[in-house]
Amino acid sequence: MLRPFKIAAVAVALALAVPLATALPGPVAAQDGEPQYGGTLNVVIQPEPPSLMIGIIQNGPTQMVAGDIYESLMRYNFDLSPEPQLAESWEISEDGKTYTFKLRPGVVFHDGEPFTSADVKFSIDVFLRETHSRMRTYLEHVESIETPDDLTVVFNLKQPFGPFLGIFETGTAPMIPKHIYEGTDFVNNEANNTPIGTGPFKFDEWKKGSYIHFVKNEDYYMEGKPYVDEIYYHVIPDAASRAVAYETGKVDVLPGGSIENFDVPRIQEMENTCITEKGFEYFGPHSWIWVNMNNKPLGDLKVRQAMMHALDREFAKDALWNGLGKVATGPVSSATKFYDGDTPDIGYDPEKAKALLAESSYDGETIRLLGLPYGETWSRWAEAVKQNLTEIGMNVEIVPSDVAGWNQKVSDRDFDLAFTYLYQYGDPALGVSRTYMGSNAEPGSPWNNVSNYQNPEMDKLWEEAALMADPEDRKAAYKTIQEQVVSDVPNLWLLELGFPTIYRCNIKNPVNTAFGVNDGFRDVWIDQK
Amino acid sequence: MIRFILGRLVKAVFILLAILVFNFLLIHAAPGDPAAVMAGEAGAADAKFLADLRTRFGLDQPLYVQLWIYIKGAVQLDLGYSFRQQMPVAELIGDRLPATLLLTGVAFVLSLVLGVIAGVAASARQGSWGDTVISTLALLFYATPLFWVALMASVVFSVWLGWLPGFGYSTIGAGYTGMAHVLDVAKHLVLPASTLGLFFMAIYMRMTRASMLEVSRLDFVKTARAKGLKRSVIQRRHILRNALLPVITLAGLQAGQIFGGAILTETVFAWPGIGRLMFEAINQRDYNVILGVFYISAAMVLLFNLITDVVYVIIDPRIRLTS
Repeated sequence: MLRPFKIAAVAVALALAVPLATALPGPVAAQDGEPQYGGTLNVVIQPEPPSLMIGIIQNGPTQMVAGDIYESLMRYNFDLSPEPQLAESWEISEDGKTYTFKLRPGVVFHDGEPFTSADVKFSIDVFLRETHSRMRTYLEHVESIETPDDLTVVFNLKQPFGPFLGIFETGTAPMIPKHIYEGTDFVNNEANNTPIGTGPFKFDEWKKGSYIHFVKNEDYYMEGKPYVDEIYYHVIPDAASRAVAYETGKVDVLPGGSIENFDVPRIQEMENTCITEKGFEYFGPHSWIWVNMNNKPLGDLKVRQAMMHALDREFAKDALWNGLGKVATGPVSSATKFYDGDTPDIGYDPEKAKALLAESSYDGETIRLLGLPYGETWSRWAEAVKQNLTEIGMNVEIVPSDVAGWNQKVSDRDFDLAFTYLYQYGDPALGVSRTYMGSNAEPGSPWNNVSNYQNPEMDKLWEEAALMADPEDRKAAYKTIQEQVVSDVPNLWLLELGFPTIYRCNIKNPVNTAFGVNDGFRDVWIDQK
Repeated sequence: MIRFILGRLVKAVFILLAILVFNFLLIHAAPGDPAAVMAGEAGAADAKFLADLRTRFGLDQPLYVQLWIYIKGAVQLDLGYSFRQQMPVAELIGDRLPATLLLTGVAFVLSLVLGVIAGVAASARQGSWGDTVISTLALLFYATPLFWVALMASVVFSVWLGWLPGFGYSTIGAGYTGMAHVLDVAKHLVLPASTLGLFFMAIYMRMTRASMLEVSRLDFVKTARAKGLKRSVIQRRHILRNALLPVITLAGLQAGQIFGGAILTETVFAWPGIGRLMFEAINQRDYNVILGVFYISAAMVLLFNLITDVVYVIIDPRIRLTS
């Protein structure tokens, strides 16, 4: 059974106490642990975000910059355990149906208005319910939200919802100022162009096509933070030019995926350059190939097994991804909770693949492979997969497309095999079940059960596992599910992608949560020696 | 002359309308729409999210209604609203236009002037050392893909030598004003403008040279020589003036494209111009932005064609304008 628990913010507050001496000029020898103030952070952003208002637009680049401006109730460590942000403590009731959050006192928005429980209720119950599609589905589990006083918020759930404590991050549940948005047309509000949040940096200027400029929030509620004076996000459309921008010192941080993988080793060898794969734990970017089971002969389990064993994924990892990431063992990322490492083996075995194909109903049909239009690495990967499948005797044709065309083709199920990668959002109930539940297979979306995998027994288990209160029960349920799904091979799992964040080593703490740079640069300081 | 110009302008309006309708249909024929692209970047969206976006963008209307709304706006010079950037298209284009005009304008003038001079120089001594060098270089620039030249220029001059900035329009955050700002922009302009200019310079050079050589074999040049005119006078007044017509035709075409920007160059050098705006809009299916850029470029091409025709008359009085 779950016991109510409470996390005091005392330890955190202590950790935040900054030795002020380092702020003074003087011959203070700066060590790694003594933050220095000042400096400008130059970061690459690509593509240019359509808007910075994270409550309305949740695409990759918006999430990357918005974490400086907006905040949520919590942050999550690399192991996905929650840490206080705008909430300083929380309690879960015995039955797992009531979540009570105590807010941090004295927090103000960038325009000086106080942040209270009314903002929390407005953000989640009104604003995000209207604009945020993921939040909307999570809210189906919420019966009511109460605000007994300015600093207390109570969520009453209809039934226990296992992943609930994991949704209070900036990309999912950003806190939006009620005094600005209440009663307005959210998506057309002029205020979207000058975002106001509670975060460590304030919006200053956005020169479209060139840069976005943030400045330090002098009134930030965490004593002594942030350290950096200003941030420039540079919009550089060409991947090779982004590498050049780093080489010439124009930018100092290349967030994961900013440059082509083949440029990484060259950049990595530069002086004063650090690299980390961390900061994607919550997302758990997981790549696979959709198998359109509606098309013959892909509905045949033997064909799918043959294809799975034909893929040399170690090669893809080493040659195309510079050894970053991990070979996936099934539908759930090993960074996510409830990952099961004991699923049936789906490793590279061309002989077994040939034998399986010979027994199957495959008869030389041409298989259309839709690559992912996200740059060189993905084009090359499609070629490698084509070669793997050709080696076991299949006929494969690569179909080129751009992003819009890819979306359309996958939504319309107009493909045989299609590359994709999706985020897992830290919990199988949030990011994995959507891909495998038979009830979620309607054409029209590229993120649901695109392969049209049908297994009613598993559907029932997926639903139950999300609503179990005890993590141990959930673990057992997800173990059963993972074993079954892996033996059914509805998709060809590829890699748990590793996106390296590259930065100058004298920039300290660019990545310190499961969200990496998306969580903003609150803790970053620059060693200026 | 006035009548000719007026007649052409009336025709131009109809051509422009036809181009608009054609572009509109062409863009809508491409798979995918802006709502799907925006949702796609988020990696998750429900049906309501997509439906809301489509309603907001007016994409839920039948195609002919959308076309009618667009044409009605375009006739009143209203280019509509960018779905993605949530700004009026005219404002977006207006923001990017100065950067593009600076880049393409400088490249245009540079390539035209240097190309013609190099062409004249090469043709003056056909088959000589100088001719061979100029012609070879021109062929090289003409044949090398623009994006490769751009990348190499940025590697050599920016990464290796560190002489020039490799991307961008100005030093971000430097806060230069006045002369310092002009110098800063000029420095950033060198690589993109010369990359873009090299290709056109090569074309002008080759065209001028070929045309000069052709004209120099004509009878009136012999006559001029027989009259005992100085070589330089013959070159300039007799040959060059007659050889310039094809060059002007080409320059007219390039001038029309000045407003359309230079997609490759602007992308590689992160130059915040129209070409990039359009390229990104195409990928994002931001229909109104694409159509807006097409609209302006089409209008400019028509305008510069007209100007080219008028310039013909000035250069070569034998040509008569009839509408």
